[in-house]
Amino acid sequence: MPLIEFHNVNKWFGDFHVLKNINESVNKGEVLVICGPSGSGKSTLVRCINRLEDIQQGEIIINGQVVTHKNQDLNALRSEIGIVFQQFNLYPHLTVLKNITLAPIKVKKITKEEAEQTALRLLDRVGIGNQAHKYPIELSGGQQQRVAIARALAMKPQIMLFDEPTSALDPEMINEVLNVMKNLAREGMTMLCVTHEMGFAREVADRVIFMDHGEILERGTPGHFFTSPEHERTKAFLREIL
Amino acid sequence: MDTFTTWFFGLFTNWPVVWKNFDYLLIGAYPQGPLGGLAMSIVMAVIGIFGAFWIGLAVGLMRLSRKKWLSWPALVYIEIIRGTPLLMVIFWFYFFAPILLGQAVPETHSAIAAFTVFTSAYVAEIVRAGVLAIPKGQTEAARSSGLSHTQTMMYIILPQALRNMIPSFVNQFVSLTKDTSLAMIINVNELTLSARHIYTRTMKAPMEIFLTIAVLYFIICWVLTAFSRKLERNMSRYQARNNAH
Repeated sequence: MPLIEFHNVNKWFGDFHVLKNINESVNKGEVLVICGPSGSGKSTLVRCINRLEDIQQGEIIINGQVVTHKNQDLNALRSEIGIVFQQFNLYPHLTVLKNITLAPIKVKKITKEEAEQTALRLLDRVGIGNQAHKYPIELSGGQQQRVAIARALAMKPQIMLFDEPTSALDPEMINEVLNVMKNLAREGMTMLCVTHEMGFAREVADRVIFMDHGEILERGTPGHFFTSPEHERTKAFLREIL
Repeated sequence: MDTFTTWFFGLFTNWPVVWKNFDYLLIGAYPQGPLGGLAMSIVMAVIGIFGAFWIGLAVGLMRLSRKKWLSWPALVYIEIIRGTPLLMVIFWFYFFAPILLGQAVPETHSAIAAFTVFTSAYVAEIVRAGVLAIPKGQTEAARSSGLSHTQTMMYIILPQALRNMIPSFVNQFVSLTKDTSLAMIINVNELTLSARHIYTRTMKAPMEIFLTIAVLYFIICWVLTAFSRKLERNMSRYQARNNAH
C-alpha cells in the first residue's frame, strides 16, 4: 500500500487552476523529486499534503486514511509530516535549541529534558551540534536551513516535505544542505522534494516527476527522466536547467 | 534690552507663587487630603494604559479573527471609539456610569474608565498591525509542526509582535499622559486642574504656573520617548526578516 496517494486532485486559486487532475502515489521510503518551472504548481502540490493549502476536488490519502476531508484533525496530521521551507522560517526570538524543542514539548508532550537530548542529537547529525544556544540570525543560511531540517525531524515524522530548500542559499552553502538530505534519504525517510538541484535528483531520487501548468507531464526514474524524456516541455526545461 | 524682551520677561516675575505651591502641583493635598497634581495624572495614565493593553490585546486579536462573530464586534468597537473625541467619552462615563451602576461613581474612576476604553481601541490597532507585520512563514512553520492556532499566537507570533509594538505602545502612553488633562472637565484634580486651583486661589502668576505645568508634561513625555527609542534600538536584533526576494 502506498504511503501517500493523490486521487484526481484539483485546486484553484480563484480562477487560476493550479492543480489539474493529479494522480500520483508515493511508497514508504521513496524519494520523489518534483521539478518544473515556477508557477507550475509543484510547491502547491507539496503544501496540500500537510494541508497548508486546501484542495477543492479529489482526495489525498495518507496511510490509507483520507486526510482532505473537513473533520480531519489538522494538528495530528501535521505532527506526522515535517516540512522544510525555502525561507527556513526559523523563529528568530528563540534559540536554535528552543526552535527545535518547542513542537515536541507542546504537541507531543514529551519532557523538556528528552526533547533537548533529541534536539542535540539531531543537531549533531546535521553537523551543527555546537550552535544550540545561538539565535538563528547568528547562523549562516546553510546552517539555518539545517536547523530547520532538524526542527522538522524532531517530531519524528513519517514523511518529509522539502519546498525548494536550497533556492534561497548562496551557492557555497547548497551542498551542506543537500548532504543532510542525502543522508536522510539513505536512512529510508519518505521524502518529497521540490527542487531544481538536478544532481541531487539524479543521485538520490527514486522517481522524478515534471510539472507544468498544474499537470504532471512526465514521471519516471531519474535514468529515464534525464536521458530519454518523452515530453517536449520536459526536454525544453532540462535544456534550460542543465 | 529692547521693549519686547522687557515686556516678555515682565510676564514671568512672580515665581514665588509657583514654588510655594509646587508640592500641590506634584501631589495635590496628599497626604493630608486627596491625591492630585502630576501624581494623579501619572496614576490615571498608568492604570489607563495597563487596562488598555489587555482590552486592546483582546480586541485586536478578535479583529484579526476569521470568525465574523468575533471580528465584527471588534471592528465596530474600534471604529466607534476612534471616531469619537476623548472628551465625549469622558462625558459618557461621567454621566452614564452612575445611572448604569445605580450609585455615585467617583470622577476619578469615570475618567480612568474613559481613558482605558478610549486608548484600548488604539492599542487594538497597534496589536493588529504588529501581528500582521510578522512574516506569514512564521505561522506556516508553527502550524505545520502541529501547534494549534492559539499555541502559534502565544509562542511564536505574539512574542515577536509585542516586541515590535513597544515604540507605538509608548507613543500611545505619551498621548494618554497628555490627554489626562481633559479629566479636569469632570473635576478630577490632575495636574492641569491643580494649576488652575493655584491660580484661582492666588489670582496671581498665571503665566508662571501654566509654564511650569507645560514643562512638567514635557519632561514626562520626553523621558518616555527617549526610553522607547532606546528599547527600539536594543530589540531590532532578533526580528524575523522578510528575506523573500
